[in-house]
Amino acid sequence: MVPMIYVSWKAGERMPILNFRRRPQNELERGGRSRARVDQTDPETTCPNCHRSMPVSSVWANKNVCPGCGHHYRTGARQRIRFLADEGSFQEMFSDIVSEDPLKFPGYTRKLAVVGAASNENEAVVCGTAAIGGQKCCLFVMEPQFMMGSMGAAVGERITRLFEYAAEGGLPVVGFTVSGGARMQEGLFSLMQMAKTSGAVLRHSEKGLLYLTVLTSPTTGGVTASFAMEGDIILAEPGATIGFAGARVVEQTTRKPLPKGFQTAESMLEHGFVDAIVPRNRQRKVIAGILRLHTGGVK
Amino acid sequence: MNRTAYDSVKTARGNDRPTGLDYIKEIFSEFFELHGDRRFADDPAVVGGIARLSGRPVTVIAIEKGHTVKERAARFFGAPGPEGYRKALRLMKQAEKFGRPVICFVDTSGAYCGVGAEERGQGQAIAENLMTMMGLSVPVIAVLIGEGGSGGALALAVADRVWMLENAIYSVISPEGCASILWKDAGKAGEAAACLKLTAQDAKAFGFAEEIISEEQLGQQPFYAELRRKLAEETEILLNTPDLKEKRYERFRAFGRSSL
Repeated sequence: MVPMIYVSWKAGERMPILNFRRRPQNELERGGRSRARVDQTDPETTCPNCHRSMPVSSVWANKNVCPGCGHHYRTGARQRIRFLADEGSFQEMFSDIVSEDPLKFPGYTRKLAVVGAASNENEAVVCGTAAIGGQKCCLFVMEPQFMMGSMGAAVGERITRLFEYAAEGGLPVVGFTVSGGARMQEGLFSLMQMAKTSGAVLRHSEKGLLYLTVLTSPTTGGVTASFAMEGDIILAEPGATIGFAGARVVEQTTRKPLPKGFQTAESMLEHGFVDAIVPRNRQRKVIAGILRLHTGGVK
Repeated sequence: MNRTAYDSVKTARGNDRPTGLDYIKEIFSEFFELHGDRRFADDPAVVGGIARLSGRPVTVIAIEKGHTVKERAARFFGAPGPEGYRKALRLMKQAEKFGRPVICFVDTSGAYCGVGAEERGQGQAIAENLMTMMGLSVPVIAVLIGEGGSGGALALAVADRVWMLENAIYSVISPEGCASILWKDAGKAGEAAACLKLTAQDAKAFGFAEEIISEEQLGQQPFYAELRRKLAEETEILLNTPDLKEKRYERFRAFGRSSL
């Protein structure tokens, strides 16, 4: 504790200079309440990583990255496409392919309706064509708000069709993954999408075309074990959780504390499973550059 | 027949069922085991090698669970790590080189769950198997003899023919895992098992499996003899099938299409 000399001061005045090293103990001492933002059109958000408060608009303006510490907030598919694709270049495809309930799984149809309304999407992946820095490509972006980007038959079908379209048209594929894995409610239909998408990736690859993935937080389970890890070039966002089994499951099974940084993008880089970690504000430039490096080689 | 789905789950997990090595010993001759993934280690949960199936050289790969407690522990309870999948991958590529059909016996509750397995790329290993198996030019037959646990099982079951034993199961998630996610109660695994449609009969009805193998004489000579005959017959058919790769792609391509 810093020795404190007590000096009285009137409310509203600045704290006595001798007291400057003492950390405020509560909201009132900080003078927090009087400085609290009244502007409800721009509420404050607290960064889950550095705990700094800042207006939401400043985070948005920074591509959903904390301006203080660089924490990458989870980001919806449409927003990512806005960050990434050249303005007006994105043409959505296969949006009519939506999930059905092949197993008549209890509660699934209702759940689909609820997450559909909440996320404003009709499936956990958005596919289409786009230009990134002038480079035309096929693009898929998974949607965390839709059942945590889980892969059911519709997700698998959309991605498979995108790869088939890209193979036909000689286009590279850029994919952003975020997923809890295969969608339990569709049983084996979900599981088989891992093989199906892998087959489509292979066919695209055999044409000598580029497939670039960007793993964002979290990329786990059946998506990691299929098309997420099949890219020619695999990028990751800083701090992203990337793994196969969930960290909690691993901890419960092994009954040992997990090593520091377990299943982070950084440890995946260290162990040789991603090519580079690219922060969100550089992704557009980096991806455009890589796409450009792959033009001319393909006939 | 009033067996529930969960009865099949319990039977599939039974200690006294024949395991991968039993099938290899009984069905094939001249089995020579090949070890190691040439990357890091040899995974005891996956057994693989070359053998003869009714005279024809084949590559055989099996997930081995072991029978006794000691054996089971030594085999990591039949949960392959990345090394196991990479060993299988190596053997499959080798089979392709020498034009040998590949026969896989699948029996796992799922891929190994551990820090080391994650750090050595469990997901990447499975992904690579899926993609490579999709492109293999030689026939692949997968027989699910017990548990078919999610991606860990699929990584050896991207095949031209998938057969399941009568009481084998094939599921995207364990019924316990599903119950604890759905109802926060792993005790409701029975209900979850029914919801997941994980029995061999369901898998056949949906087209995920081509055939169901009767368990009437499970573990006895006639059972193995019949399976040997069927495997030999099917490999013969597949070897004479043009555009095998194309057909395998179409087999998996169709899944989920009808439901959309």
